[in-house]
Amino acid sequence: MYKQGKYLIVKKKAAAAGVFDLTILCPDIARLAQPGQFVQAAANGFFLRRPISICEIYDDSIRLVFEVRGKGTEALSALNAGDNIDLIAPLGKGFTVLEGKKAVCVGGGIGTPPMLSIASRYGKNARVISGFRSADAVILQKDLAGAGCETVLCTDDGSAGIHGLVTVPLEEILKTDKPDIIYACGPMPMLKGVALLAKEYDVKCEVSLEQRMACGVGACLVCACKTVRNGEQILSHVCKDGPVFDSGEVDFS
Amino acid sequence: MSDKLKVSVCGVEFKNPVIPASGTYGYGREYECLYPLSKLGGISVKGTTLNPRQGNPAPRVAETPSGMLNSVGLQNGGAKKFLEYELPNLLTKDTRIIANIAGATAEECAELASMMNASKVDMAELNISCPNVKQGGAAFGTSCAAAEAVTRAVKRELPDKPLMVKLSPNVTSITEIAKAVEAAGADALSLINTLLGMRIDIKTRRPILKNNVGGLSGPAVFPIAVRMVWQVHNAVNIPVMGMGGISCWEDAVEMMMAGASAVQVGAAIFADPYTPIKIIHGLEKYCDENNISNISEIVGSVQPW
Repeated sequence: MYKQGKYLIVKKKAAAAGVFDLTILCPDIARLAQPGQFVQAAANGFFLRRPISICEIYDDSIRLVFEVRGKGTEALSALNAGDNIDLIAPLGKGFTVLEGKKAVCVGGGIGTPPMLSIASRYGKNARVISGFRSADAVILQKDLAGAGCETVLCTDDGSAGIHGLVTVPLEEILKTDKPDIIYACGPMPMLKGVALLAKEYDVKCEVSLEQRMACGVGACLVCACKTVRNGEQILSHVCKDGPVFDSGEVDFS
Repeated sequence: MSDKLKVSVCGVEFKNPVIPASGTYGYGREYECLYPLSKLGGISVKGTTLNPRQGNPAPRVAETPSGMLNSVGLQNGGAKKFLEYELPNLLTKDTRIIANIAGATAEECAELASMMNASKVDMAELNISCPNVKQGGAAFGTSCAAAEAVTRAVKRELPDKPLMVKLSPNVTSITEIAKAVEAAGADALSLINTLLGMRIDIKTRRPILKNNVGGLSGPAVFPIAVRMVWQVHNAVNIPVMGMGGISCWEDAVEMMMAGASAVQVGAAIFADPYTPIKIIHGLEKYCDENNISNISEIVGSVQPW
């Protein structure tokens, strides 16, 4: 079930250089949305919509945090509070929530926003490891702490937090205080590393994937991704079968 | 809904002339939560092959000015799944069902035709124009002899249903292909399929599509589609369904004036899933405002200079 319509942007702020943070009043979408789902946002002057993961879900609004990657997202970044944004949402299969259990969330760069919506469901039972290229790209740490989560920050250049990859603190946690589930969103090499650790330590793991899309609802079949189900290789679709997949189903080769 | 939009294409009655195009609407399941499928004139379902197909590797889509390229490569669950799982559901939706079939060989197309002939679909649309598959597809649709042979083989196995053949625009003369297909027994034609195109990522020097090339659709192709529908409508005596870049009711009127008895709407649905419904409402209003008792009156009504 999803909705399509024009919705009011009630708040806009810059999260980091080239990263924008919109809060959108959309009660019907907010009521349906689950952590890990995404929206298809129409960008003025462009034919195809842009898929953006939902960062946070409130009673009557949602929050989108996205990076300017090209001309389409640049057009979206030009929208301001008071403007309308045309959305199709909520779309896709979100994360599985294990009530009363412990989670570790791993976000890489612009893969961090969907971690906020799932981590806030766990509050103090979630640890969130986020990795960025440098201190000036860091986003959402205060929001994650505000949701009661323990945060671990890593940067590629050591300009903030731990100097290194997110998989280093992840393995530490897996050794000392194993969670019931791992959630991850970020670049494919990071997801592959997280999935390998999850397998090694035998922890359930869900990853959120990205692919170029057209319809966003499962009709056009352009957003194919390689998956394995019952030992059989199949091309699934990120928009409908995902964006969240069990890491054991994803073919990272 | 009034009868003003009722149209007939080679004996099949449609409650209105607006039909989502094959490959852009799945089997309708993904759009049913927005509006009942019974509002549509019909649905041309996802291209069906004899056996399931995985399609091409991703990325399969690239944006273009006013359009998009795709290289899906006919990913589908095969004819058995369509007939046993999708068709029974579609038949409860009170809309016309057009089975879109594609094969690697004329024999495969004929076998599919015989399966569709025994089914409850309203008509079959033979895809001889897919630019994204290595065998069959556009290879049939770009030569008069091959197009004629495959049409004949399919019509022989489809005696009880109308056969519509979907033509490729990637040819020197679409009217020659249209006439060959008509001579081979086609009951209707649909055009245009996508135009072969390419985009390159200038940073990586790699094509955006993993298949290197793909089919262009969207408003960018609309004028080409109008021209080809007009040419084909004037060259044959069988009805034509017009498609290619239609995104609003004005486009649908234009396409019908060029000679289309009905229209198919494709890529525009990705931008706005309500597009077919908006077109239907627009056409109703257009008929009312212009004292048109039935939309068919405008088919081929363009007065060339």
